[in-house]
Amino acid sequence: MSIVNATRAEFGKVFTVRLWWILLIVMFAYVALLSGVLAGVFGSLNLPRGATGPAIIDLSQVHLVVYSTASAIGYVFPVLLGALSATSEFRHQTLTPTFLANPRRAQVLVAKTVSMAAVGALFGLVSLVASVGTGAVVLTAVGRDARFDDPDTWVLAVRVLLAMALWAVIGVALGTLVPNQVAVLVIVLGFTQFVEPILRSVSPIWEWTATVGQFLPGAASDALVGWSVFTSLGSATGGGVSLEWWQGGLVLFGVAVVAGVIGYAAVWKRDVT
Amino acid sequence: MAATATTIDVSHLSKSFGAVEAVSDLSFVVEPGSVTGFLGPNGAGKTTTLRMLLGLVNPSSGSATFGGVGYRDLPRPLATVGTALEASSFHPGRTARKHLGIYATAAAIDPARVVTVLEQVGIAPYADRRVGGFSLGMRQRLGLAFALLGDPRVLVLDEPINGLDPEGIRWIRGFLRELANEGRTVLVSSHLLSEVQQSVDRAIIISRGRLVFDGTLGDLEFTARVAVDAPDRAALRAALVAAGARVDVTEAGLVVKELDATAVGAIAHRAGVALSLLAEQQEGLESAFLELTSEAPPPRAGAHSGGAHAAPPPASAAPPSDPTAPPSDPTRAGGVS
Repeated sequence: MSIVNATRAEFGKVFTVRLWWILLIVMFAYVALLSGVLAGVFGSLNLPRGATGPAIIDLSQVHLVVYSTASAIGYVFPVLLGALSATSEFRHQTLTPTFLANPRRAQVLVAKTVSMAAVGALFGLVSLVASVGTGAVVLTAVGRDARFDDPDTWVLAVRVLLAMALWAVIGVALGTLVPNQVAVLVIVLGFTQFVEPILRSVSPIWEWTATVGQFLPGAASDALVGWSVFTSLGSATGGGVSLEWWQGGLVLFGVAVVAGVIGYAAVWKRDVT
Repeated sequence: MAATATTIDVSHLSKSFGAVEAVSDLSFVVEPGSVTGFLGPNGAGKTTTLRMLLGLVNPSSGSATFGGVGYRDLPRPLATVGTALEASSFHPGRTARKHLGIYATAAAIDPARVVTVLEQVGIAPYADRRVGGFSLGMRQRLGLAFALLGDPRVLVLDEPINGLDPEGIRWIRGFLRELANEGRTVLVSSHLLSEVQQSVDRAIIISRGRLVFDGTLGDLEFTARVAVDAPDRAALRAALVAAGARVDVTEAGLVVKELDATAVGAIAHRAGVALSLLAEQQEGLESAFLELTSEAPPPRAGAHSGGAHAAPPPASAAPPSDPTAPPSDPTRAGGVS
């Protein structure tokens, strides 16, 4: 019943059903595809050398933009896994045996958060393999350098692990706050795939919306990682505002804490009937 | 294993869901070494009571403890109290072995217990199948395996017989008996008296969230009804009502509840009414159970002593004549009042 046992049990819950590797495979394929396409498109941009017109991207950083798809594209998967880890307890009524085995509910939630953070980092690692692996191959193929010598490549990799861990924690918090599995799936997919991309594309129009827009979780995540398709395009179009990497991390952490604390107080502590 | 056996103490327990009062001022004690049935129709508040006992639902008032300690305060809950609630608390994609292993890990129970309890309930051959493919009977057994995981001294089982085939029912009856004979405290809920009447020593019956009976099945069976009639039926009825008896008028005469023939005869004699019929009728267990639970118990003085409806003192304040429920047995009442 210690926090160590509770965390080990939560790891057990993740790895004894199939969801984790299904999501992992889909994420790998998705990230590999998009990083490959990005590497092919942006890597070929320098061909018409001396072309006029505004540069839409800083070409010296193409490799970083490509590699950052690991989190910029892949972040939805740890969110889903984290959210489902909480909602499946409600859906399959496993909260009953969970709280019978460990009635300290706050400890269970912390254990779930800790274990999902680690699983999120694992997803980050696999996602990096996909983005860096595919990206480097395609960049080399179009005549660019994969830039493994660039220290920023490795800074980015470490920050991707951190971002993906934080996203998994946000998922747990969301799943606790919205215990309905269908509802949380709609919210996560709808927000990350539609609402936020739209908000982020229109937010640079005015200065104040740009200021607010950088606090969107996806934007904060990109700030934490340091590079992404979105921020590269944004800075090139003159938005110029972006959080520091640690500020981005704090925004993500703040979202997780706020959602998690409200979820704990409003849902997790409720009667289990 | 906990060193000592533990009682279950429910005291003035109440729970309201909004305006609905699911459990009202419920009090009883469950002793070790016997199988106690916790009976009532569906919706009577059985599951809510058990969930409050297990710290899953917060009581509106009152308490439910194990020898004075609330479930959430037990140092090793699964090793103290084993619980089987509904037969659906499983992730369908997880195998039986992994399911039990997770909770053994969480509760710091020896992983070897997983195999032991799977064998104990007879589903070891299916240990590595996903629970989603289990029949209801297999899920019930897996639920029971979860309850036994920590080798607890107290077992709380909610409708464990539901969904079992006849062979499974026979098995679980023997199994419950065995657990009680080992000195464990066993509380088994059911909405069917017939399901548990062969395996329980004592019954706690609730209806609409209230205690209506607490005693042995013998007490329940001997709930007396006396058929009585007289040529002057009106005078007889007046005499009985004046003596405080519950009298129903039927086509065949009068039916008096909760008094035996001797008491009814004495009342008639004192009133000078000549009788044409005086006969005690034994009710079957099931009809006694149905009668207890089909209506809200009428508020009556004295109903709270000596085992609720089973043997209330006669209205004449004479000592109860039912030898199976002497008023000197305070444990029966369980503090109902």
